[in-house]
Amino acid sequence: MKTKLALLASAISLTVSAAAMAESKELNIYNWSDYIDPQDVVKFEEATGIKVNYDVYDSNEVLESKIMAGNTGYDLVVPTGSFLERQIQAGIYAEIDKSKLKNYGNLDKELLAKVARHDPNNAHSVPYAWGTIGLGYNIAQLKERLGDMPVDSYDLLFDPKMAAKLKDCGVAVLDSPAEMMAIALNYLGLDPNSEDKKDLDKAEALLKATRDNIRYFHSSQYIGDLANGEICLAVGYNGDIMQSVSRADEAGQGVEVAYAIPKEGTLVWFDSMAIPADAPHKDAAYKFIDFVLSPEVAAGISNYVYYAVPNKAAEPLIIDEVINDPGIYPTEAVKAKLFPQQAHTAKFDRLLNRAWSNVKTGR
Amino acid sequence: MTQSTGTAVLERLWQMSRLGNVNWGRLMVIAVPYFWLALFFFIPFLVVFKISLSESAIAVPPYTDLLDLDLEEAYLNIKINLGNYLFLWEDSFYLDAYLSSIKIAAISTVLTLIVAFPIAWLIARSEGNTRTILLALVVLPFWTSFLLRVYAWMALLKKSGPINDILMAVGLIDQPLQMLQTDFAVYIGIVYTYLPFMVLPLYTALEKLDMTLVEAAADLGYRPIQSFFAVIVPMALPGIVAGCLLVFIPVVGEYVIPSLLGGSDTLMIGRVLWDEFSINRDWPMASAVAIVMLVILVVPITLVRNSSKQEDAA
Repeated sequence: MKTKLALLASAISLTVSAAAMAESKELNIYNWSDYIDPQDVVKFEEATGIKVNYDVYDSNEVLESKIMAGNTGYDLVVPTGSFLERQIQAGIYAEIDKSKLKNYGNLDKELLAKVARHDPNNAHSVPYAWGTIGLGYNIAQLKERLGDMPVDSYDLLFDPKMAAKLKDCGVAVLDSPAEMMAIALNYLGLDPNSEDKKDLDKAEALLKATRDNIRYFHSSQYIGDLANGEICLAVGYNGDIMQSVSRADEAGQGVEVAYAIPKEGTLVWFDSMAIPADAPHKDAAYKFIDFVLSPEVAAGISNYVYYAVPNKAAEPLIIDEVINDPGIYPTEAVKAKLFPQQAHTAKFDRLLNRAWSNVKTGR
Repeated sequence: MTQSTGTAVLERLWQMSRLGNVNWGRLMVIAVPYFWLALFFFIPFLVVFKISLSESAIAVPPYTDLLDLDLEEAYLNIKINLGNYLFLWEDSFYLDAYLSSIKIAAISTVLTLIVAFPIAWLIARSEGNTRTILLALVVLPFWTSFLLRVYAWMALLKKSGPINDILMAVGLIDQPLQMLQTDFAVYIGIVYTYLPFMVLPLYTALEKLDMTLVEAAADLGYRPIQSFFAVIVPMALPGIVAGCLLVFIPVVGEYVIPSLLGGSDTLMIGRVLWDEFSINRDWPMASAVAIVMLVILVVPITLVRNSSKQEDAA
């Protein structure tokens, strides 16, 4: 009986591997919304003859709830650092065979080393884009309330006296417990990835002291609100705030938005491509990763979405407006102060999320 | 032996059905809703209940198995974790969230009732075409996506929105009001969205109302307000109860409206559920929160049902 089963199993695995050897004609990608020039997907389809089914999500939580349930049918997903870290621990992703990626050498070694803090030896992922969390603000409204004071500091949020001046025009903060707590810890001069309950209590107290000045906690609503003047300060993702800058510009209502990386240092995040272990079209996923790593496509992504790409070879092809913007490609001095947010243990996550709920609900 | 017994039973059933003692058609009709309830309510409930007894884990799916079958050793380990329920009880955060949800649901149910009653009354008292048109107007908003309608409220209530513009233009206020991200916006959203669920059962009850009774009350010296509470309300009670349940129950678990229109301090169990599920990544805890919410809702509903049954009997 056992041998029969074993025979059957090997027969099945043979058929499966034979099927995998055959060229896939399909590719299921699950990526962030507005994260690629749609023309590039068409180009990939034309070059390879592979039909791409391109789905999008707008939060890591949505991606994670799907991917943790298993059998999604996706061949390529793009989670952010700490999420990637935990998902790798859960054994969701296949190892990346770098020999299949002829453009792998284009990647920035220094940034690869930073991503390796989430994904040891970069074994399971290939970085797609990176950015920072910082301050998006309404230039005129801040000037009116703060005068000529420089705005590149988290004092605007964490100093209750300062934040109170902005309360009436609206302050928004990301609804992202781990990222916001890391920023608060760093502002206090503590280790942003500390798992010490005492440190957490200090960060909670810091946020609570300024809670009254915060209008809402949300991870995407500020994009539109900054652009039409509903709020004047947002702690948000640089690319989203850039989007807000251009939306405000297009609307022509006289609202001017800008982005600043706070001088205290801030959180740097990486979105990386990874292939689920149960992906049905792995070979096609490799082709797409290699396509993204080519200088032209990588530069195209940066030019289109206003996020930095970790691709050295692409840099000469990126338009001046993007590559010379210190909010997108920070100077070396600023880069040195950036820190990643690492995955926490489940136990600490619970403490952290409770602290965050307390801050949000003002309990 | 067994076979013959079986045949005998079948024969008996056949005879009964011919005599009309077993109504097959009736049985089938009753079976359909039971099957439906089992498939779409009871089985999902069991799945959620099962998950609530496990522990979260870094795995796919992200929780432990209750049953651990070891074929080689012929062991079946059953591991049940009651810790989630214990934690719910110990941490006042959840109790606050349940209470706050119930409070918001109760207030919005009353508000919806107050708004819906005149509408239902008007529809029930109008004739022919007018009634059809009024009913259609109540149902019509359903044809647009619920989400879209909530977004429309966001546009209306925002600082630079039309409501603030009008209030400023007529000089009632000089500074735009902050209406979004407040409980006020949540109540508006809920009352607006759930209004048809209240209007329709009220309309059905009021339509059957015998107006001669109201006239009789007036003849006997009742003022309109007195006869409203003495005659109309008791007669419309089944509609009021049905409408209130249809609004109250879904509002307790409402997630979309408080998260889009409410402030960050609008604590509701729907949002706690989402946080447990996606931010804490604790599916078992989220399941326990959902099960407790169900229990909290089932108890008052059964009480209401029992009391209305007694009334029917009386």
